[in-house]
Amino acid sequence: MSAELGGARIGVITFPGTLDDRDAQRAVCLAGGTPVALWHADSDLQGVDAVVIPGGFSYGDYLRAGAISRFAAAMASVADAAAGGMPVLGICNGFQILTEAHLLPGSMVKNDHLHFICREQVLVVENAATAWTNQFEQGQRITIPLKNQDGQYVADDKTLDMLEAEGRVVFRYDGWNPNGSRRNIAGITNERGNVVGLMPHPEHAVEAGFGPDAQTGTRQGTDGLGFFTSVLSALVKA
Amino acid sequence: MGRVVVEVMPKPEILDPQGKAVVGALPRLGFTQFVSVRQGKRFELEVEGDVTPEVLAAAQQAAETMLSNPIIEDVVAVFDAADREKACC
Repeated sequence: MSAELGGARIGVITFPGTLDDRDAQRAVCLAGGTPVALWHADSDLQGVDAVVIPGGFSYGDYLRAGAISRFAAAMASVADAAAGGMPVLGICNGFQILTEAHLLPGSMVKNDHLHFICREQVLVVENAATAWTNQFEQGQRITIPLKNQDGQYVADDKTLDMLEAEGRVVFRYDGWNPNGSRRNIAGITNERGNVVGLMPHPEHAVEAGFGPDAQTGTRQGTDGLGFFTSVLSALVKA
Repeated sequence: MGRVVVEVMPKPEILDPQGKAVVGALPRLGFTQFVSVRQGKRFELEVEGDVTPEVLAAAQQAAETMLSNPIIEDVVAVFDAADREKACC
C-alpha cells in the first residue's frame, strides 16, 4: 500500500450497543488506511476523510433499529460531512441508522420469516462506481456474512423505481432473498454515490482464515476488503 | 401529573411480520375467529402538571419525528389520557 493511501484516516463511530466497530477498524487497517475511533456523543469527527457506521444493536434496537442513534451528536456532523461529499458507509445497524437519518431512502423492518439470520451471503455488485465499490466490477458476485433480525428493506414503489432508474441499487441478494427485501435489495447509495448502506457485513470478510468459505479454501474469503480499498482509492483521486 | 398517549401502527401496505406470527399462533389456543393481526406501539408520555394544548402539540411533533418512522409507520392517535378515561366512564 502506498504511503498516500496509508495517510487516509477512516473514522468508525461507536454507539452504545455497537458490536462491530473493532472489526471495521481492523478492516480499515488491513486495507491500508488509518482507523480513527469516534464516539457517538462527540460531534467532532477529528478531521477524518471518511466514516464507517458499524453494525450491532445500538440502544438495543429499542423504538426501531437505529432510531435513537440517528439523533447522536456525531450523526449531525456526519450528515453535514456527507452533504459535502465525504464517503460514509453504513453496515447493518449502520445502514438502519442512515435510513432513520434520511441520508438514504427507505427503511428496514423485521425479516419476513421473523428469524435472526446468520449466513454467508452472495451479493451481486450492481453499481461499481460508488466511493465504496469502485474496486469491484459491475455484475461481480461477492460473498460476505449476513447477520440480522431487521434486514427486510422496504420503500414505496416510487422510491424503488427511482433507485433503479438512477442506478442507486448497489447490491442485490443473489440466488435467493434471505429476508423479504423489496426487489432483492441488499444495499443502496445516495444520488452522489458517497453514502452507501448495506445489511451484509464486509468487515467480517477481510482476512484469510477468518472470512467466509471461498474457492481457495475454508474461511479464505476476503471479498469485503474491496469496500475499504475502494474508499482509499476514491480519496486519493479526490 | 398529566399523561399523553401516542399510538403508532405499521402502515397498511407494510407487511407486519410480528402480527403475522401472532395470528398464526392464536388458533393453537382456540382463537380461530381472528383472520388478521397487526401489532403497533403505544407510548405514554408524562408531564409535570396538566396536558395543555402546547404539550399535545409537542407530543404530536415528537410522535412524527422520533416515535414513528413515516416511511413504515403512521401516527394514528395522540391524546390526553385523562380525556380517554373520562370517555370510558
